[in-house]
Amino acid sequence: MKKINSREEFDQLKKELEMLYNQNKKRIIVCKGTGCTASGSVKVIEAFEQEIERAGLSDTVEIKRTGCHGFCEKGPIVAILPEDIFYQQVSVEDVPEIIERTIRKGDLIDKLLYQDPKTKQKYVYTHDVPFYAKQKRIIFHHNGLIDPTRIEDYLGFGGYEAFVKAIFEMTPEEVIDEVKKSGLRGRGGGGFLTGLKWEFCSKAKGKPKYLICNADEGDPGAFMDRSLLEGNPHLVLEGMLIAGYAIGAHRGYIYVRAEYPLAITNLKIAIAQGQELGILGQNILGTDFSFDVMIKEGAGAFVCGEETALMASIEGRRGMPRPRPPFPAVKGLWGKPSNINNVETFANVPFIITKGSQWYSEIGTEKSKGTKIFALAGKVNNTGLVEVPMGITLREIIFDIGGGPPKGRKFKAVQLGGPSGGCIPEEHLDVPIDYDSLISLGAIMGSGGMIVMDAANCMVDVARFFLEFIQNESCGKCIPCRIGTKRMLEIVTRITEGKGEEADLELLQELAEGIKATALCGLGQTAPNPVLSTLRYFADEYRAHILEKRCPAHCCIALIKFEVDVDLCKRCGLCKKVCPAGAVSWMPKTAASINKSLCIKCKTCIENCPAQAII
Amino acid sequence: MEEKKIYLSINGKEVASAPSQTILEVARENKVFIPTLCDCQNLSPFGACRLCLVEVAGLPKLVPACSTPVAAGMKIRTDSEKIDQYRRLIVELLLSDHEPDCMFCEKAGDCLLQDLAYQYGLKNSRLKGERRAALIDDSNPFIERDNSKCILCGRCVRVCDEVQGVSAIGFIGRGFQTRIGTPFNRKLNCEFCGQCIASCPVGALTSKPARRKGRKWQTRWVKTICPYCGCGCNLTLHIKDNEIVGVHSDSSSPNEGYLCSKGRFGYEFVHHPDRLQFPLIRKGGQLVRAEWYEALRLVATKFQEIKSRHGNNTLAGLSSAKCTNEENYLFQKFVRAVLGTNNVDHCARL
Repeated sequence: MKKINSREEFDQLKKELEMLYNQNKKRIIVCKGTGCTASGSVKVIEAFEQEIERAGLSDTVEIKRTGCHGFCEKGPIVAILPEDIFYQQVSVEDVPEIIERTIRKGDLIDKLLYQDPKTKQKYVYTHDVPFYAKQKRIIFHHNGLIDPTRIEDYLGFGGYEAFVKAIFEMTPEEVIDEVKKSGLRGRGGGGFLTGLKWEFCSKAKGKPKYLICNADEGDPGAFMDRSLLEGNPHLVLEGMLIAGYAIGAHRGYIYVRAEYPLAITNLKIAIAQGQELGILGQNILGTDFSFDVMIKEGAGAFVCGEETALMASIEGRRGMPRPRPPFPAVKGLWGKPSNINNVETFANVPFIITKGSQWYSEIGTEKSKGTKIFALAGKVNNTGLVEVPMGITLREIIFDIGGGPPKGRKFKAVQLGGPSGGCIPEEHLDVPIDYDSLISLGAIMGSGGMIVMDAANCMVDVARFFLEFIQNESCGKCIPCRIGTKRMLEIVTRITEGKGEEADLELLQELAEGIKATALCGLGQTAPNPVLSTLRYFADEYRAHILEKRCPAHCCIALIKFEVDVDLCKRCGLCKKVCPAGAVSWMPKTAASINKSLCIKCKTCIENCPAQAII
Repeated sequence: MEEKKIYLSINGKEVASAPSQTILEVARENKVFIPTLCDCQNLSPFGACRLCLVEVAGLPKLVPACSTPVAAGMKIRTDSEKIDQYRRLIVELLLSDHEPDCMFCEKAGDCLLQDLAYQYGLKNSRLKGERRAALIDDSNPFIERDNSKCILCGRCVRVCDEVQGVSAIGFIGRGFQTRIGTPFNRKLNCEFCGQCIASCPVGALTSKPARRKGRKWQTRWVKTICPYCGCGCNLTLHIKDNEIVGVHSDSSSPNEGYLCSKGRFGYEFVHHPDRLQFPLIRKGGQLVRAEWYEALRLVATKFQEIKSRHGNNTLAGLSSAKCTNEENYLFQKFVRAVLGTNNVDHCARL
């Protein structure tokens, strides 16, 4: 692509690209995000290419390999434009039929349409599918439309317009002011006002200044940053360019986990394209503003998502947090003023500049503006990424968008905010979510991980899982986190093994509060949250483990007797069928029984028993 | 230029300080005790032990006194019940992962952790659980590291990096299993300056030559100057039964308590049986004990003989870096004025 050197050349290029994009052209959109790639979308794309060529449609039908559409549960996902027909779980075998019937004749293929598991209703168009209907996809809007490896696609959909507007029509102070007025808060977890953060850095003395994009996404189950980087890297780069201009930085770093190879590949392509076009580099579009971006791959430490640890890691040191002050805005990377924001935060910025802070601040609640992407996972029908306006209720996300727990099981709790977050029970599902309401419920927004749990999830075991995660990921620097969470993990583990004592609950509470108040960084200060929130809402479960030596969810192996309750047993024999160890004996019309010497305690029988008769 | 004073209050008492000071520095100046483990003179604040957390009015969280700068009007509390409770918890946590073998420990009586355990009276901890296994690095003649006693205050790592500029050790591993060690777990191969031993507040790092020869506080201390080079570092010799059993250097000395491997470990020669303690003169092929005046007279005679027979410039003097500046000055004066030659040099130029 030819380098552009002025705003006129940029406008000219945009005009050409927009003209080239024929809205009415037949387009087959195939998701090439990590989820759909895992379920076989690369082969589906190859099949489409071959079929289209065979059918002689190469000139009239275009195939687009896009980023993640969010509905990973139903991948590979294929959408047909301009109608926006939504096909799910498309296999290579389905491809000829799609070409023949849908592309050529305009017919729908019934078996590929999404069917609601509860109502059995089928949906034709993407925007009607319940998973999408309640979403407000602003940040993700282009993820399902553009090829992330083509800067032309991004430009054709209004890409880099916000940046051009910022550098030609606004002063850095005006940009900061606009972001401040929008009310955008950091999407990485803390929820600090982004505009204010920029202002601190812009006013800090010292040069050069650095801009950092935190793409060290690490919460279990959260993958929205990966999806953005994979599916629309230019959006993040544009947000960084605007931020760089606003704070006076000329170098940006993207700290991205090495475990995200596709995100890194697409980012590298995007950066190279930006440099070639002159959107990145020296004297961008003939102005005085220069900006370049470097990628730093993280070596897989959760704590490197903490900003001071992240900067230490970029500098080549061990990723360990340090006390603040000095704050990064004053003394950050290489000891220079630095501004660090999360991927999703940067992705919000171009929309604020293009559409204005007024428009943006109308979305959301009083103190939490805009949309938020959540990673919906766990015991829910429609797992995937959902972008919703702040202020939506958890119930709407989990039941209307997510379709509730599968197999009609009863919802128990939702875990929000990863290892720093907490579990929220059914009674609070109707609270409109924003940063502050979640904190008051004992959870946090975090990066947006949302793990749905049903009756089969033991809340003590959930707390144990997150403590184990924290112990494995603690940098070991401060005593409360290093030894404190270890002792908590030991106590909670003892409880799940039926060795808990009544005094343990008090000790747990004391340790949790002590660690919260004294740990060095955000990781340690929030590490007790999963315990505190489960103690708050599910103290009965802890007591059942300790006093009755019983796990109400039938989850903790040490507390399961692996015996059949004859009164509950439906005599169906399913347990015998599924047992991998041949430990179940059953005869038709008689209750099953388990031979404990053969039983390997794998819980397969418990998971399959329709009557919960195995205790 | 002297910094302008600012005023703040600690535990209700108004104090003055320079604006660039930390809360910890101001507290110490005003004799307010704040416990610390990771804080160490001349090293950057680390914020790891969390014992120095204090309350500052208006701030939602406790702040570490070691790294938080003071501000005018700050209202600081260092002694609230809550803080005391958290400090106890932190020490209790440390003790729960620490073998209580003070009876055998080199550092008993001179150990910050022992002091804190004593101060808080933490005999029967409610916290029981896994302890790190003893992992002893005994691979060199000078420094022994016992990781099971280590409290990971990071002082040794920082002194090695920030003062010595060697970075021979660092943090390894994560979570409970975090420890201090060498790259790729190789044997310690450094300058063996022993700065790490001096900075260790507990018994994790000890001097091997000094082991079981008497704890620091059981010895008589004699201040002297290191004889090894012209730097003239202050040494404090640990004497027991008229024998040097250890060395440390006072942190208020011009060398700020830092020594090199010779100063810290090279004292065994003093009591070595092979050490030359009187002059010897070779007589008939045998070295025979002589008096100093005898030996010096012989040397002077020989110098004069060489001078008169072969000329002044057949003589040369080579001085040693072990000598002080004054000694070196005298030496060159002697060579030039007495021996009458400019052939004088110094080993440090070689």
